[in-house]
Amino acid sequence: MSTFTGNRALQIEEKLIFEMGQPGRTGVDLPEPPKVKDRLNGLRRTGEIGLPGLSEPQVVQHYTRLSQKNYAIDMGVYPLGSCTMKHNPRLNEKVARLPGIGDLHPLQPQSTVQGALELIDRLAHWLKTLTGMPAVAMSPAAGAHGEMCGMMTIAAAIDAKGERTQRKVVLAPESAHGTNPATAAALGFTVKPIPANHKGRVDLTALKAALGPDVAAIMLTNPNTCGLFESEIVEIAKAVHEAGAYFYCDGANFNAIVGRVRPGDLGVDCMHINLHKTFSTPHGGGGPGAGPVVLSAALAPYAPYPWIVKDGQGWRAAEEGSAVDGKPIGRLKAFHGQMGMFTRALSYIMSHGADGLRQVAEDAVLNANYVMTSLKDIMTPAFEGPCMHEALFDDSFLKDTGISTLDFAKAMIDEGYHPMTMYFPLVVHGALLIEPTESQAKEDLDQFIAALRALAERAKSGTAAEEFKAAPRCSPRRRLDETLAARKPVLRWRPSNNFKQAAE
Amino acid sequence: MRYLPLTDADRPEMLAKIGVKSIDELFRDVPPAARLPAKIAGLPDHQGELEIERAFQALAARNVSPSVAPFFIGAGAYRHHVPATVDYMIQRGEFLTSYTPYQPEITQGTLQYLFEFQTQVTLLTGMEVANASMYDGSTGTAEAVLMANRVTRRERALISGGLHPQYRSIIETTAKWEGFHAVVAQPDTHGLEDLIGSIDKETSCVVVQNPSFFGHVRDFSKLAEACHAAGALLIVVVTEVVSLGLIRPPGEMGADIVVCEGQSLGNGLGFGGPYVGLFATREKYMRQMPGRLCGETVDADGKRGFVLTLSTREQHIRREKATSNICTNAGLCALAFTVHLTLLGEAGFRRLAELNHAKALELADRVAALPGVKLLNDSFFNEFTVALPRPAAPVVEALAQKHILGGLPVSRLIPGDKSVENLLLLAATETATEAGMAPLVAALKEALQ
Repeated sequence: MSTFTGNRALQIEEKLIFEMGQPGRTGVDLPEPPKVKDRLNGLRRTGEIGLPGLSEPQVVQHYTRLSQKNYAIDMGVYPLGSCTMKHNPRLNEKVARLPGIGDLHPLQPQSTVQGALELIDRLAHWLKTLTGMPAVAMSPAAGAHGEMCGMMTIAAAIDAKGERTQRKVVLAPESAHGTNPATAAALGFTVKPIPANHKGRVDLTALKAALGPDVAAIMLTNPNTCGLFESEIVEIAKAVHEAGAYFYCDGANFNAIVGRVRPGDLGVDCMHINLHKTFSTPHGGGGPGAGPVVLSAALAPYAPYPWIVKDGQGWRAAEEGSAVDGKPIGRLKAFHGQMGMFTRALSYIMSHGADGLRQVAEDAVLNANYVMTSLKDIMTPAFEGPCMHEALFDDSFLKDTGISTLDFAKAMIDEGYHPMTMYFPLVVHGALLIEPTESQAKEDLDQFIAALRALAERAKSGTAAEEFKAAPRCSPRRRLDETLAARKPVLRWRPSNNFKQAAE
Repeated sequence: MRYLPLTDADRPEMLAKIGVKSIDELFRDVPPAARLPAKIAGLPDHQGELEIERAFQALAARNVSPSVAPFFIGAGAYRHHVPATVDYMIQRGEFLTSYTPYQPEITQGTLQYLFEFQTQVTLLTGMEVANASMYDGSTGTAEAVLMANRVTRRERALISGGLHPQYRSIIETTAKWEGFHAVVAQPDTHGLEDLIGSIDKETSCVVVQNPSFFGHVRDFSKLAEACHAAGALLIVVVTEVVSLGLIRPPGEMGADIVVCEGQSLGNGLGFGGPYVGLFATREKYMRQMPGRLCGETVDADGKRGFVLTLSTREQHIRREKATSNICTNAGLCALAFTVHLTLLGEAGFRRLAELNHAKALELADRVAALPGVKLLNDSFFNEFTVALPRPAAPVVEALAQKHILGGLPVSRLIPGDKSVENLLLLAATETATEAGMAPLVAALKEALQ
């Protein structure tokens, strides 16, 4: 149906702020600045910046309306595989906003931030203990940044042995996250893919054949991106170390094993931990994240600035110029890292405790297997046997239906669900990767399963292709023309009518 | 445990459906030697909200917060008043608990504010295109150098001595391990540096900061011309984005890439993060940018909508050939930035900048009037450098003992350099009051006697 306004009840069509502003309006009352002679070196900005003027109620309405066009964890099942979209407790937001934590300058005298430095160290202690690793670099801002940090420490360790020019190869499975090869390549390594065996794990024989004096490291996700535990991981680590190489573990999937397995016991040399995945700091529409990296004894000396130490004077951050042991790779980020995320993650970890974190891993794995089992007769699991925290299906159940993984996912939107991760990992045809997390109640999973079953049945009826291709129909927008967006990029509003230009 | 919905009745029922007797069977692929038989020893068990709040309050009580102390530190992180609406908006679950907008049909909220954010960034910086944010200004600066290396196919970056020392340190680290040359100038304490003579045919980019780390405001138009004549790019870094309300933007000076730390708008000090990096460039370099880009398009009904676009630059598509390994950005901090800037609008943003400058002028004159203290800046925005008659670090520590957070001793970030030992970097924003300035000036006077 069409309406006069284009609105549909709670769904309000919303203009851009630039189409709403009026000169002279403002949403902030500030005092009149005193008349002073500026000291701007003659560089005073002239001319209009072009920012729109809106009052506070307009601003509140604008962003509230926008928010209502978003799906979110707070609304329901968000089974985005590999992203661990678990519940984000509001307690964590509350403690992060305590003035004595949220309102601190990173370069205050260290004597005035003893509690903040200890907070970082407390989280570091949990991360080291949970992973069974002796050291942790806290400053990386996200998983990919942690990968960069970890791989730099590996490069430094190789450098220290005088083998930097010789060891130029990094091995990574074909199923790896795209960040792994991107990181390795940025550091000048050549990435060589390692094939998977028919069970979805690294082919150990192929790995051993690829190992040699030219190999710097392997980058391996465990549990892997197929949602499976690398059952030969100890043998993999042993072979890697015997070849004089290092083992980088992508810790994106740590949620599946936290409290049940310590990566340090598996022979890992370093691993980043996505605090925004396993430890629930909010994903916030794409960030911020935090990616501390735990390090083995072999790599610990190369940890970047800063890190937290305690001496007779109390807590302090070791920074450039500090007398320190080791050979830091340098610095990856200004200040101390993502403190706001540290606070939230520590609050989450302390709320769960050692007992609760183990239960997290068990419930996440239980929920994923429950979904897998409940769908395996009608969808097609990519591999046999139990999975870890995510259930991976291929698209063979859609064969000859004229319906693709994408169509299937878009139909889920109309049923009120965020789709699963699609077409990743690349090693499975038309992959559908479902990660329910531990945050879902059984009754909510049952409804999710029933909805997927109904969709799969309809897909297989042979008469529903058009319907699936047209999905979604109930969302704030229907399928968007991504080809147009890429062919004629419009990345900003301009006073001339953007919209007409894009639609041409 | 309050966050875990499965009950003791659910679990056996679900295990039975799966066809296993215990949860351990689902972990059977874990090598036996690595299976932890029980929870990890030596760590506390779960706790209720009240206990957690108390634990964090106890940690918070051991810090001196600017909310209760005279405060004049900047150096890349600035304390501004953030309107209540900003924090309310970013705590809406639809924004807070959403992820990267991979499914644009149900993430138009995030995508539209990113499009608005990108537009605001281009307007502030005077540039043509901007991305959907970087982790922060410091990491964004290193990414800008990598981008300049890609664009020019050169590997020699020239780094100003006016750049924030930690930003410089990140570039040097990146250069060392990713394999290019970073040529770093001496600390530019007086704002007189001239890098034009150092540019040659090997130079990929020149990285400057405006206002500089020491507070100086410079015109980089001539430097831009020299860069372009040599086929190099000019990267201008802005760590105090509020300055763009008062100072000619880098885009008008001929910058090719502009990186800003956006923390000042919408984001609190937060002990250093998370912040938000702004990244803008010329349209011709659009496809060499790192990070996510949001673009306008239409949906199947012809309605305007937004999507992530040009993703063939990115790691999840290009893998080892990507422009950057970046995946996560600073979406929620970008929201805080954009909501704050939308509240301010043209008039409010300019007024905020005027207020900052006026406060800093006042503070500079009062501090410079102290015996033996010399102001190094002829120009500045809301931050400036003074030379004290003795090393600055013990003075700042003496002030801290009185719970006065009186600036940054430059030696903290440039250790071991005698020429900066006496330098103190002071900032004053619109939050500075007489009730804060008077004790600072008095305590400084006393400490210097």
